[in-house]
Amino acid sequence: MSVLDWFASICFFLGCALNLIAAIGALRFPDLLSRMHAATKPQVLGLMLVMAGLAASLGSSQLTWKLTIVVLFQFMTAPVSAHMVGRSGYRTGKVREDLLVIDELTEDLDRAKSTPIPPSSS
Amino acid sequence: MAERVKFWTRWPMVLWLAAVWVLLWGDLTVANVVVGLVLAVLLVTLLRMPKVGFEGRPWLPGIVVLVVWFLGDVVMASVQVAKKALSPGEPPHGAVIRVRLRSHSDLFLTITAQLCSLVPGSIIVEAHRLTGTLYVHVFDVAEAGGIDGARDHCLKVERRVLYAFATDEALAEAGLPPRRRLLRRRPAAEVTR
Repeated sequence: MSVLDWFASICFFLGCALNLIAAIGALRFPDLLSRMHAATKPQVLGLMLVMAGLAASLGSSQLTWKLTIVVLFQFMTAPVSAHMVGRSGYRTGKVREDLLVIDELTEDLDRAKSTPIPPSSS
Repeated sequence: MAERVKFWTRWPMVLWLAAVWVLLWGDLTVANVVVGLVLAVLLVTLLRMPKVGFEGRPWLPGIVVLVVWFLGDVVMASVQVAKKALSPGEPPHGAVIRVRLRSHSDLFLTITAQLCSLVPGSIIVEAHRLTGTLYVHVFDVAEAGGIDGARDHCLKVERRVLYAFATDEALAEAGLPPRRRLLRRRPAAEVTR
């Protein structure tokens, strides 16, 4: 096996392992927000590694560009979906407050609710 | 007339869309480029998006620092969360913290939020654009160095984003030292060491 093959194999192995761990994390973590962490973090790096492995083993510049785009779009969309799920989960009370050390968003939301809306200056 | 001026300010978007089209087809032929450009112009004119407005100055050393730190952070984040996913016992304690950013630009707020969402144990739950505030869910408060450590981490990401893309005026407004001084200070610090 050449160096490139070794590199590709290691990338594939690590990438798949990270995706598996992400799945385990999503299953094991207790509440919505910590599950979101498992879904965005190891899986993004896992995808990057699998794509790097593909690029190395296929060795075609055309495909490398395509794989780069895949990773780029993953970077752009993963935080958006995490944010949307987190935000809607938060607003519908799916967040377990007992697991949070501090929750400054609820503090601010409560304050915003209790104070009357000031007349807008703009 | 105003419409036309608006259209021509959208050329970076047209170029980007055309580039994605060509990259997806995989080869650089005249037909691909032409079709890509036509489709991009159609998309930009038919589906109008609100203007974000880029007022900045990309600075290469700043961008390199941003990208390298970001990749390092992604690896760290993945290892941290993976460790927690596999280790038995109590789940980690999280927190939702408020981070007030120094810049008030929508674009830098968005970039900072995106990068924060991808790096160690943080997800943006809510963003308040008028006050430039992000509400960040920290995955593991102990690992992030406490609440202040986590807040500091987001502010550092913003600082790198600003050095990579903001104008000198925006940097001054955010209370950061200008880039020139940043470059000058570094060798001086090495001499004193």
